[in-house]
Amino acid sequence: MMPMKLGQFHGGLRLPGCKADSMLSPVTAAPIPPRLYVPLKQHIGAAAEPVIRIGDHVLKGQLLADSDSHVTAPVHAPTSGTVVEIVEHTVPHPSGMTAPCIVIETDGKDEWRPNLSAHSQYHLLSPNELRQIIRDAGIVGLGGAGFPAFLKLNPGQDKLVETLILNGAECEPYITCDAMLMQERARDILDGLHIMRHAVQARHCIIGIEDHNSAAIAAMQAALSKEEQKHISIIAIPTRYPTGGEKQLIKVLTNKEVPSHKLPIDIGVVCHNVGTAFAVADAVLRGIPLISRYVTITGGAIKTPQNLITQFGTPMAFLLDHCGLQRDKLSRLLMGGPMMGLQISDLQTPVIKTSNCLLALGPGEAGDTHPEMPCIRCGECARVCPAQLLPQQLYWWSRARDFDKVQDYNLFDCIECGCCAWVCPSHIPLVQYYRFAKTEIWQQERDKRKSDHARDRHEFRQLRMERKKREDEERKRKKKELLQRANAGKDETKKSAIDEALARVQAKKAQQQTESRNTDNLTPAQQKQIEAADARRANQTPADTTGDEGSEA
Amino acid sequence: MSLIISSPHQHPANSVSRVMLSVVYALIPGCIAHVWFFGPGLLVNMSIAIAAALLTEAWILRLRRRPIKPALYDGSALVTAILFALTLPPLAPWWIPFVGIVFAMIFAKHLYGGLGQNPFNPAMVGYAMLLIAFPQEMTRWSVPQLPELHSLGWLDVLRHSFTGALPTGTGYDALTMATPLDHTKTQIALDQTVQAAHASYKFMGQIAGYGWEWINILFMFGGAWLIVRRIITWHIPAAMLCGLGLFALVAFLSAPATHASPLFHLFSGATMLGAFFIATDPVTAATTTRGRLIYGAGIGVLIYIIRYWGGYPDAVAFSVLLMNMAVPTIDYYTQPRVFGHKG
Repeated sequence: MMPMKLGQFHGGLRLPGCKADSMLSPVTAAPIPPRLYVPLKQHIGAAAEPVIRIGDHVLKGQLLADSDSHVTAPVHAPTSGTVVEIVEHTVPHPSGMTAPCIVIETDGKDEWRPNLSAHSQYHLLSPNELRQIIRDAGIVGLGGAGFPAFLKLNPGQDKLVETLILNGAECEPYITCDAMLMQERARDILDGLHIMRHAVQARHCIIGIEDHNSAAIAAMQAALSKEEQKHISIIAIPTRYPTGGEKQLIKVLTNKEVPSHKLPIDIGVVCHNVGTAFAVADAVLRGIPLISRYVTITGGAIKTPQNLITQFGTPMAFLLDHCGLQRDKLSRLLMGGPMMGLQISDLQTPVIKTSNCLLALGPGEAGDTHPEMPCIRCGECARVCPAQLLPQQLYWWSRARDFDKVQDYNLFDCIECGCCAWVCPSHIPLVQYYRFAKTEIWQQERDKRKSDHARDRHEFRQLRMERKKREDEERKRKKKELLQRANAGKDETKKSAIDEALARVQAKKAQQQTESRNTDNLTPAQQKQIEAADARRANQTPADTTGDEGSEA
Repeated sequence: MSLIISSPHQHPANSVSRVMLSVVYALIPGCIAHVWFFGPGLLVNMSIAIAAALLTEAWILRLRRRPIKPALYDGSALVTAILFALTLPPLAPWWIPFVGIVFAMIFAKHLYGGLGQNPFNPAMVGYAMLLIAFPQEMTRWSVPQLPELHSLGWLDVLRHSFTGALPTGTGYDALTMATPLDHTKTQIALDQTVQAAHASYKFMGQIAGYGWEWINILFMFGGAWLIVRRIITWHIPAAMLCGLGLFALVAFLSAPATHASPLFHLFSGATMLGAFFIATDPVTAATTTRGRLIYGAGIGVLIYIIRYWGGYPDAVAFSVLLMNMAVPTIDYYTQPRVFGHKG
């Protein structure tokens, strides 16, 4: 491993880890629930459209839905069973909204689709072929955002990838699925990393893991061969939230800042989650599409916190009950960690591709419910902000609904990590204000686009009408002029009209005389043909010497 | 569980009242020294100010139809009242703290929208108003509590506060005197040297006025504790003390006869109270890191300018209020470089 000077990002927090409880037992597969609710959209992008029909019997790994859109990911059957319906069902979303889900009544056989196409010789495939395999396997970023992985593995033609980073930081408290995955499946993660490296043609790779996670670091180091060490470094990074944020991790590992409103690829970096690498290895080497993932089930309301390999579509209640959820103790259920997690109000919400953790907070664990107090401008928020924003100014202008001002203070550089709200002595839900402002701005932009479009159309119509009016007037004016001239000197006009007509006829005649004939512009070949024909004719009637050359039509 | 609750879902046990109470604890040593050296007058003023502050706050919140209890319990009115009382002469009639704090709470705090909205430090607004309106009562500072001097007990002070009566056989001449800063200023104006002025002052200590130096040292320790507890950051106090100290040093070195030493300025009057407790009031101070340095340094320089060239012996209040005005501008021009943006 080459010695490397780590970068540092501004602010951040040292949070209590709360990770040990869910790391006590090895990871096992979750039982298969009687019914799976597989959402058609488990990623960023367009929802997939069903390719199966209600009543179909599907096998594990069989394609359920896909889309023609560019930014999308197909969805596969997590187990074998019968598609009983496609319904609106609660999905993990801040609003607790419903979305179309394919409901599979499982048959318990967990029977695989035949002919899984494994590519052990992946290096013989082109990057494009690899991306296609990864796309068809429905792989999305498993770190949380759920952006289709094949798109992030496509740096574009003119972009060189200097560094491929695997994100094993897992900086949020409670979550341990990546840590367990690294401990148990280090080799697979490295295989996935090799495939990804081939797909983006990266020069070297870094795996970043928080330094408290010594077991994962050790496991990854042990799996790394001498040969691999030449281009893969495993780096222990300081435990500090949100070091697992993409831009923060890149800063720490490479000391480079991703410019505002740009992507990592713009500075030659591609960053993926360790879980995504594992899924890529599964897809390419074994032909297994993304149908399950490691999920941490933990929190004060859970009797036996643990990680389970969970099939997508499994209702959270089923999983939680399996881990001994004490419903009377449950104060809040989150998908994700306490800092950025999503509150889940319907326990029947299914686990999806981006569900890294189910956190069932117990009594008192969900933090105090202090009322919101006025901001006292203490500046703690600015001290901890990893984007070095002025959260209090953002709050101020968001609250005042001054959306120009809030953008002047770079609202869109906010990663919503929640550090500011965590330290705020006035218990102001700052992130909520930022999300509100962002949503309002997006809405305004949509409205503006709409109205711009309408205005453009209106203006164009106006223009068209004006032009038509102008043309009409012009025509009228000419007509009038002509009429006036006619009235002014009728005889003269008549005479001149006759003269003009005569002149026209003469001109026409003259033109006909000089009008080109089809013998005028001949190619040499045609000329030859004509000459040959003339010669034949001459031979046939030697006496006939016709002077008229151009008579044949 | 139908309410949408935004992340984060956990909070540490931090609150506005914790911040305010920490400030109160940090003030205790300095207050004890104050009472030790200048008698129980501070406690009488403080009690009146606290009671009036809380009552005024409750009354206005009722007028504004705002919840009263959380605002009273946040401790901000308590801190304002204590800081305000610390600026008053110990021997003052009851209406001095009363009028000052009521004015401060109404005009400097609630007319701007209450906690967090006020551009000016309320305690300093109250003090400045009193100083301008009632200069006589406000410049009558107590003599130190020394055995050879006639000092007033609890009951004497209370009686004076509410009736204006002094114990028989004493008068303001015997009980009060100019502060070291005041004395030095008037003597220099009379073409005396600083050394002569200090020599003619009856109660000089090691580095500044007797008692004053200890009060300042203890406020400094209290402030340091706040920095350690991360209630305040070091920027404003450090910048303010450097601004004042360096300005005083240059002046002292260039004309030692007419300029007192930097140490005298640092440990006289309200310097340390101002640096650690008043200038650091988060609501009215600059919030960016660079801004805090500018804000603090500005206060320090202004203190020296007003102390030497201005019309008032001490200058913390006016310097803080002047820099309060500059805060929006300072904050605007000292925004930090956002991650991913060019410098």
